[in-house]
Amino acid sequence: MVLDANWAVKWLTLCAQAMAEHRVELIELDRAIGDSDHGENMDRGFQAVLAKLGESTPETPGAALKMTAMTLMSKVGGAAGPLYGTAFLRAATALGDSAEVDAAALAGALTAARDGIVARGKAESGDKTMVDAWTPAVDAARAAADGGTADVLGVLVAAAEAAEAGAVATDPMIARKGRASYLGERSAGHRDPGAVSSALILRAAVGAAA
Amino acid sequence: MTVSIVVVSHSEKIADGAVELAAQMAPDVMILPAGGTDDGRIGTSLEKVLAALEQAGGQGGGQEDGQAGGAGVAANGTVVITDLGSAVMTAESALEFLENPAGVLLADAPLVEGLVAAAVAAQGGADVQAVRKAAEAAGGPAHPAESAASGAVGPVTSAAPDSAGDFELVNQAGMHARPAAKVAGGLASLDAEVTINGVDGASMTGLMTLGAGKGTVLHVEAWGPDAERAVEYVGGLVEAGFGEP
Repeated sequence: MVLDANWAVKWLTLCAQAMAEHRVELIELDRAIGDSDHGENMDRGFQAVLAKLGESTPETPGAALKMTAMTLMSKVGGAAGPLYGTAFLRAATALGDSAEVDAAALAGALTAARDGIVARGKAESGDKTMVDAWTPAVDAARAAADGGTADVLGVLVAAAEAAEAGAVATDPMIARKGRASYLGERSAGHRDPGAVSSALILRAAVGAAA
Repeated sequence: MTVSIVVVSHSEKIADGAVELAAQMAPDVMILPAGGTDDGRIGTSLEKVLAALEQAGGQGGGQEDGQAGGAGVAANGTVVITDLGSAVMTAESALEFLENPAGVLLADAPLVEGLVAAAVAAQGGADVQAVRKAAEAAGGPAHPAESAASGAVGPVTSAAPDSAGDFELVNQAGMHARPAAKVAGGLASLDAEVTINGVDGASMTGLMTLGAGKGTVLHVEAWGPDAERAVEYVGGLVEAGFGEP
């Protein structure tokens, strides 16, 4: 099994669906430790991606992700715009013009996405940010791909499960980056909204491949 | 053409207001706001920032050098000044999209003070590096006593200055915002470390904390190749009352 442009379009469509469904949940999470706009921003950003997909159909997974990067950076507004924008842009660059993505290329693209987020946001593991979902996801994806037995679906499932566990693990952390860091110790006891939306995006990738 | 400046803020009103304020002191400098989202909400927009950078970069090239001023190809350079975290990230992302980001520098500076200092430096003909330095110096130590105690003024102060002078403020309002911006902006483009009554002469906010009124004597000390020019520059401005009554 390989992932193609149809998968990418389905993935982005499911992302838009997930952000709409979890909009209120993300707003509530962000209200506790941020500026309560994350759900609104992510929903708006992916609705704009959906609109772009309606205008033209990307020919490769890389082209779909690059369009997503531009759109999120321009429409999201908050910090998630440049962070997810950079993630999608770096993943698109990693995939290049390939029409199909195999397990190794997928793990490489996920790694590039995570590295982009780290480069842009300067957050490290344990800072209570989306990096705490992405880094376990990348580690799990690479382990699955390197094992040689997992197909792309296996790599995606490993990444999504690790991201979901990573998001839960942000609960007790004290935020050291972003708006939540102003709260200091009071940020403990809340789940990081960026880690949750990251897990939703990776879970949508599984749905598109299944 | 001078160095141009792009202001990236989460708020369209903040960006527009800051540009309006700085333009008063730098009428010949192209200062472009990129505030808020495409649809007027609080946030930052890559499209707005890219559009401002293209406009800023497109201005000088074609007219003066006969070169095509494409995206981000700023003939004289552009300094980008931002507010909170994601404005910085959006500005960095914009640089990633530019074909030639070489002439575009991000300044790590307080938005309003940094912008005014940068605008005044650009108005004075400073190059892109010096304009950024002027902006960043505006975020310098606000409490000179503390920085002096911790030795933060730097090792230069332990050696005798290369040039020095004493000048009495003659204008009614003394060292208020506009004179401080002129002094700091001009000094930022010189190759000299300058202290005025112990504070960094290139820091507009540092100069304002002196609270120096009419009749106060400013003791100027300068180190470096441009030390003499720096002291003359400050002396000239002070003795002319900064062009004010």
